[in-house]
Amino acid sequence: MTALSVTNLCKAFGGLRVTRDVNLRVEAGERRLIIGPNGAGKTTLFNQIAGELTPDSGTIEMFGQDITKLASRKRTHLGMARTYQIITLFGRDTILRNVTLALLGLSPLRWNPVIDLEREQHLVDRAHEALASVGLSHIAERPLAQTSYGERRRVEIAMALAQSPKLLLLDEPYAGLSIDERRDVQQLLMKIPRDVTIVMIEHNMDVALEFAERITLLHFGEVIVEGTRAEVVDNPRTREVYLGE
Amino acid sequence: MSFAPAGFITVRRVALAITFALLLTLPFWVGNSYYINISSQILLYAVFALALNVLVGYGGLVSLGHAGLFAIAGYTAALLLDAGHGHFVADVAAIVVTLAASAVFAVLALRSTGIGFLMITLALGQIVWGIAYRWASLTNGDNGLKITTRPSPFGLSLNGAPAFYYTTLLVFVVALVTMILFVRSPLGASLRGTRDQPRRMNALGYNVWLIRFFAFLFSGFWTAVSGLLFIYYNQFISPPIAALQTSAETLLMVISGGTATLLGPIAGAAILVIMKNVVSSYIERWNLVLGIIFVLIITFMPEGLVPGVTRLWRKGWSTLRGRKPEPEARKTGGHGS
Repeated sequence: MTALSVTNLCKAFGGLRVTRDVNLRVEAGERRLIIGPNGAGKTTLFNQIAGELTPDSGTIEMFGQDITKLASRKRTHLGMARTYQIITLFGRDTILRNVTLALLGLSPLRWNPVIDLEREQHLVDRAHEALASVGLSHIAERPLAQTSYGERRRVEIAMALAQSPKLLLLDEPYAGLSIDERRDVQQLLMKIPRDVTIVMIEHNMDVALEFAERITLLHFGEVIVEGTRAEVVDNPRTREVYLGE
Repeated sequence: MSFAPAGFITVRRVALAITFALLLTLPFWVGNSYYINISSQILLYAVFALALNVLVGYGGLVSLGHAGLFAIAGYTAALLLDAGHGHFVADVAAIVVTLAASAVFAVLALRSTGIGFLMITLALGQIVWGIAYRWASLTNGDNGLKITTRPSPFGLSLNGAPAFYYTTLLVFVVALVTMILFVRSPLGASLRGTRDQPRRMNALGYNVWLIRFFAFLFSGFWTAVSGLLFIYYNQFISPPIAALQTSAETLLMVISGGTATLLGPIAGAAILVIMKNVVSSYIERWNLVLGIIFVLIITFMPEGLVPGVTRLWRKGWSTLRGRKPEPEARKTGGHGS
């Protein structure tokens, strides 16, 4: 089954066409990597898939359902989760609270103006489970302001995983990480079960190529190469556009 | 795990218990009706400031139009009482009309955040002021509207200063309890999330606009209640109540006391009401003194009086115990002082 299908997607900011007739099919359970030089339109494409930007034309389907005009929050309720290139967390809160907010986002409890959130033990327990899956449960109560960059990256992933997504969009999850931290995140992503389809944007080719099964190369908003790791790496256009050969 | 020193929590609880006991017995140890009335004023403005704090502190939405909503409640009650309706009808209608006006304010103002939100609420507040001032056939213009009676719930007259004080105290306590519940609740946590990371909240599945809308209504409800307390306290309402100055003063109460805290707006209301009503009797240039107080607060406690005192207390406590003060962060649903 196709988890994500993007058809003839176009987006322009004024005269600048940032997404040009992009077509993308990601099968359920697949690990897809989207690469491209800076300004290729990767994050803009992600933002359209996530519903944060409205495409000018084209369609986006998720598990067969047309979500092109669906609000971003509704896509989340359908099983889409994302992380951000620039870490976007709740800096005044603890790590646990950040993950609890992620869980609350999909719960009808979020509208409750009376109950004490701290006493919703099932949410707190699930948040601890999500943090345990990224190896952060031991510092769950730590204020986010006292965490390292690498820990924050893992909090972002924990928040996405806490929502039990069917489709996970990872925007440069290795950005700004040390070699050790990259390896930790890599291992963490490798452990995500196959019922989660992952689409990832990444610049760090070493770790990203190891992770990806299929790769899409974007250049000036256009898909110019798509295929398996070997096909894309061997393609002369990849070397020409991306690797600078 | 708590981020506040255990001693601090105990001291805070004891301080709150003593404060509550003092409030409960205030008419007995104050005696003078004038000061009992000043206390009623502090409490009614505290309810107003708490209502505004929902938006300013927890929602990150600075409104300069709340005086309009405050006045709508007062004018509605006054007009209905003048038309011969009973207090119950007038009060319920005032709350309903103010809620409807809050919904209109919210729909228009929530098209924007930040300075845009502030300007739209300011404009809406000024429209209410303009109506109160210019639609003289309805509002009696500059001369304002008088009401002749206060309600007598269960046959109890609220005409005396102590009786009115206890009514105001009861409303204040109910308002405070609902604020505590709201702040600790998932909806309160969601509102704070929309203040800190609206884009992220949207991506997490929250309807950011609707959360803010509900917060506006909640704020509007307690603004209406405080507006009713105001009209019954003064038994008179006129256009200046709807003016920008009222909104600005209430905003000052929230900011000087400490936004996103529950005690902050109460402290801010106390400072402002005491300065306006008590200090002004002794010092002609009381505005200058008030200005100096605000400058001192902003300089030494930019987070506001209550969080500032809390910070200094923690620092002193930790220094006494020879430990480095621990920073505070919210847990799953905690709230400020």
